[in-house]
Amino acid sequence: MTEPAPDGEYDEWLDAIEADEGYYVECANGHGWLPPRRVCPECGSRELTAEPLPDSGEIVTHSTITVATPQFEDDAPYVTAIADFGPVSVTGLVRGVDPEEVEMGAVVGVEVGERETTGDRAVVFRPR
Amino acid sequence: MSDPRVAGAGVTAFGKHPERTGRDLFAEAGLEALDASGVAPEDVDALYYGNFMGELAEHQGHQGPLMAEAIGVDAPATRFEAACASAGAAVRSAVRDLRNGEAEVVVVGGAERMTNIGTAAATDALAIAADDLYEVRAGMTFPGAYALMARSYFDQYGGSREDLAHIAVKNHEHALVNDHAQIQKEITVEDAIEAPTIASPLGLYDSCPITDGAAAAVLTTAEYAADHGLDAPVAVTGTGQGGDNLALQDRPHLAQTPAADKAAEEAYADAGVGPDDVDVAEVHDCFTIAEVLAIESLGLYERGEGIHAATNGETDRHGDLPVNLSGGLKAKGHPVGATGVAQLATVAWVLDGSHPRADAVPDGTVGVAHNAGGTVASTTVHVLEVRE
Ligand SMILES: [Zn+2]
Repeated sequence: MTEPAPDGEYDEWLDAIEADEGYYVECANGHGWLPPRRVCPECGSRELTAEPLPDSGEIVTHSTITVATPQFEDDAPYVTAIADFGPVSVTGLVRGVDPEEVEMGAVVGVEVGERETTGDRAVVFRPR
Repeated sequence: MSDPRVAGAGVTAFGKHPERTGRDLFAEAGLEALDASGVAPEDVDALYYGNFMGELAEHQGHQGPLMAEAIGVDAPATRFEAACASAGAAVRSAVRDLRNGEAEVVVVGGAERMTNIGTAAATDALAIAADDLYEVRAGMTFPGAYALMARSYFDQYGGSREDLAHIAVKNHEHALVNDHAQIQKEITVEDAIEAPTIASPLGLYDSCPITDGAAAAVLTTAEYAADHGLDAPVAVTGTGQGGDNLALQDRPHLAQTPAADKAAEEAYADAGVGPDDVDVAEVHDCFTIAEVLAIESLGLYERGEGIHAATNGETDRHGDLPVNLSGGLKAKGHPVGATGVAQLATVAWVLDGSHPRADAVPDGTVGVAHNAGGTVASTTVHVLEVRE
């Protein structure tokens, strides 16, 4: 079977997170995004540079998902959250804390983990 | 050109019809719409058709011509895809073509076959309206995405699961007389709160069901309607569409839907009306929280106030501003690609007095239909008004 092709800059970004060299891309006006981006959708700037992703973020919303897609069947119940890292926000799976205990404003770090169901890589948040 | 008229509409029974093909569902709705309109099929200039997941559910792309054929129409046919707002986008294109003289008669509609693939596969299919790389791979489901918005709303503005339950109770009650509705069952606030959680803080009764169904409407120019003696008192007087970042993580506010704000502003300005003129609204309540976000974006409620509307009885059929008299997506059902036209049909029927809940607004002359795709990265708003 053919190996699936990587998803360009997305997989490179995961590689960087894994190597503890996480980054985001920033335009000349300070708008932050995750790759791939060739233009800032906010202001149209094409001067995008890679900047280090701040070490920790804050959970701004979260949900414990019990009815999952087949790709997350064995993961369920799991927590998906959006964490605000300042210049960018990131969506990930919250691990290392009981789903009932996940709180708004909790400080988390980002790493790359595996989906239990498929073994695919996934963005994971852990309490800091 | 003056405002296009709704000459006729048709919807199938919404529900679980796993054995019915998309083409048969659409044929039923489309033929019903043509018959109701009195328009001859050979007069149809185009079919604009909404469908979201035909490739996944039926292994069927290129559905435009297939559906034109299914309703006996020999005209150019194009499929529109804007997730759950697919049919709304189809309506918008039809309205613009009719106004600028490109067409005299356009059939708009949509269909979705969903239950044939089962709940798990349908959940998977619905999730692809989100950002695959950054959301779906982080476990986001369609209910999960709205759960993230709901928790953010509670955090920023307050409100509770009980307020959301009142929306579900209201929409279920509205659907009791709608024979097209998937769910005709009265529920209580306790039923909703005690139902199993699907994605906290949302439970089973916060979510629309998975639905097979189709809807269609025949839109004509006012001139065509007059020349052919059609009984078409309701006009589409305003159209608007807005967009937003696809991924929630890229938006500045998780408890607001600016794409709908933009669509509403455009549609109101187009029609020359404002939120205060609206007598009735059909809004995209794929989840209870979505109804809250919709009525706020439509300017019917201030930010943070929409959550209390159903609890206070303001948006039920006895209230000042009935919302989702059809039962909404919540009880009527949500065959994704058909929903926008089903909403249009409901508003037209309420305004012309033929809907079973039309008695809620006996003197109503202005209605809006709000159709949102995904987590509201696409939204269309249409204003309908009684013209004769
Ligand atoms: Zn920028």
